[in-house]
Amino acid sequence: MSFSEIGFNIDHGYLEGLVRGFKGGILKQTDYLNLVQCETLDDLKLHLQSTDYGNFLANEPSPLAVSTIDDKLKEKLVIEFNHLRNHCLEPLATFLDFITYSYMIDNIILLITGTLHQRPITELIPKCHPLGSFEQMEAIHIASTPAELFNAVLVDTPLAPYFIDCISEQDLDEMNIEIIRNTLYKAYLEDFYKFCEEMGGATADSMCEALAFEADRRAFIITINSFGTELTKEDRADLYPRCGKLYPDGLVLLARADDYDQVRNVANCYAEYKELFENAGSNPGEKTLEDKFFEHEVQLMKNSFMMQFQFGVFYAYVKLKEQENRNIVWIAECVAQRHRAKIDSYIPIF
Amino acid sequence: MSGKDRLQVFPSRMAMAIMKARLKGAQKGHSLLKKKSDALTLRFRQILKKIIETKMTMGDVMKESAFSLAEAKFTTGDFNHMVIQNVNKAQLKVRSKKDNVAGVQLPIFESYQDGSDSYELTGLSRGGQQIDKLKKNYAKAVQLLIDLASLQTSFVTLDEVIKITNRRVNAIEHVIIPRIERTLSYITSELDEMEREEFYRLKKIQEKKKKIRALEEKRKAALRESGIEIKEAPNILEDEEDADLLFTD
Repeated sequence: MSFSEIGFNIDHGYLEGLVRGFKGGILKQTDYLNLVQCETLDDLKLHLQSTDYGNFLANEPSPLAVSTIDDKLKEKLVIEFNHLRNHCLEPLATFLDFITYSYMIDNIILLITGTLHQRPITELIPKCHPLGSFEQMEAIHIASTPAELFNAVLVDTPLAPYFIDCISEQDLDEMNIEIIRNTLYKAYLEDFYKFCEEMGGATADSMCEALAFEADRRAFIITINSFGTELTKEDRADLYPRCGKLYPDGLVLLARADDYDQVRNVANCYAEYKELFENAGSNPGEKTLEDKFFEHEVQLMKNSFMMQFQFGVFYAYVKLKEQENRNIVWIAECVAQRHRAKIDSYIPIF
Repeated sequence: MSGKDRLQVFPSRMAMAIMKARLKGAQKGHSLLKKKSDALTLRFRQILKKIIETKMTMGDVMKESAFSLAEAKFTTGDFNHMVIQNVNKAQLKVRSKKDNVAGVQLPIFESYQDGSDSYELTGLSRGGQQIDKLKKNYAKAVQLLIDLASLQTSFVTLDEVIKITNRRVNAIEHVIIPRIERTLSYITSELDEMEREEFYRLKKIQEKKKKIRALEEKRKAALRESGIEIKEAPNILEDEEDADLLFTD
């Protein structure tokens, strides 16, 4: 047992206990079976009341919209996360901040696109993910040019280094916003990976695996989605995060891929991805590749709960909770649209 | 309708000729309008059938689109604002054309693609395939909506025109033609009546003339018997008026 693990409980024991407690509140397979049988959204609300969610929808007026459920679920996650964040000590604080950066990237991109199209900032702020909010967010509208935006606002955010590294000032108005987002995300993933590696110990073991998977998933998906678009192969290669298992050989191969089969061939060289590609398909009845990736992610996250004295549980908890929110919203959509045929394609967690 | 309802004409041969021409015109117009109304009704039925078909598929397609939105949201998260912020012009536009059915102008809406997708890389890192599917489904839905709009407009326009045409056909068939026919029979009966009167008058005059001549003969014969020869040359330039034969005695 290394030194860091001896001292772990002094600083983070309480929060780890807390998060493991939260984990107990994640919906089980039986809960999902109950939810799937609902006829209306009100039934769904009733069933959710019997779970850990309790009365979170109690104050909503009756015809219940799926978006309200979505908002409330998000709100609950944010409250829990902020509770953890407020009680933590370094280095867990930095670790939790890292988790919020991905939401921050999405928010900044949303605000930049909004500002470029002259939308009022008050209209944009409520659409931002609350986990990724930062103090300077409201000030983003004062910037009329990308250069100003960077100097006045972004430089103070934790994301500034990513911007400096990846995007020069003139890129901001020329480049496709989606490419900026993915470049930022790539920088973020690599940075997060480095941070976890430096932490060492069990944290590095579990987190590096999770982040490597995240990186590889992005590489695969970006490649597949870029077929048939104007994204060139060179641009595409720049978007691959270089911290996964695919780095460096797989990424080189992926950068050259022209169609789905070539991507599959790349995946065949890696045992765990080969399996994911094998029975994925877009025909009805088959799981899509993205669903497969989600399942694998859930599996990885569950595994990180098996280890103690490490930070992976916090990341895993946020990811699992997100997946659960997606599942509930999916079931709610299916119920609301009376489209029961595909209601079972949620990703079971426990 | 009473038999009195007829056109105000003077019963004469000329009026009859005019009436006959009008009757012929009315019949011709009636048959033409009838044909038009039949053609319109045919088209109307076709459109109705198409509307029903489109509405049926509409339901399915809309359902599918709404569902693929849910699917895309499941994988991509909330991407609504990202798309909304990035749209600056319509990609699918509608232009209207005119179609001519039996002289009726029917508007036809036609959609066309203008420019490429404004946000092609949406969901690049996650859910791009679902978004692609979503895009296709909604494009289909919009296409159907446009078709439906075009059909509905034609439907309403045709309905109006068919009503008007049918009203005209019925008016010609049940009002105008009978009225002309009645006028015609009135003219014929009047003419017959006049002919009979004329005949009677002629007969009467003949009878009277015969009587007068017989009297004259008798007088002449009596004079000849008594030995008086009458030799009078009739005056060519008769200045006496004809005696009123018809109504004397």
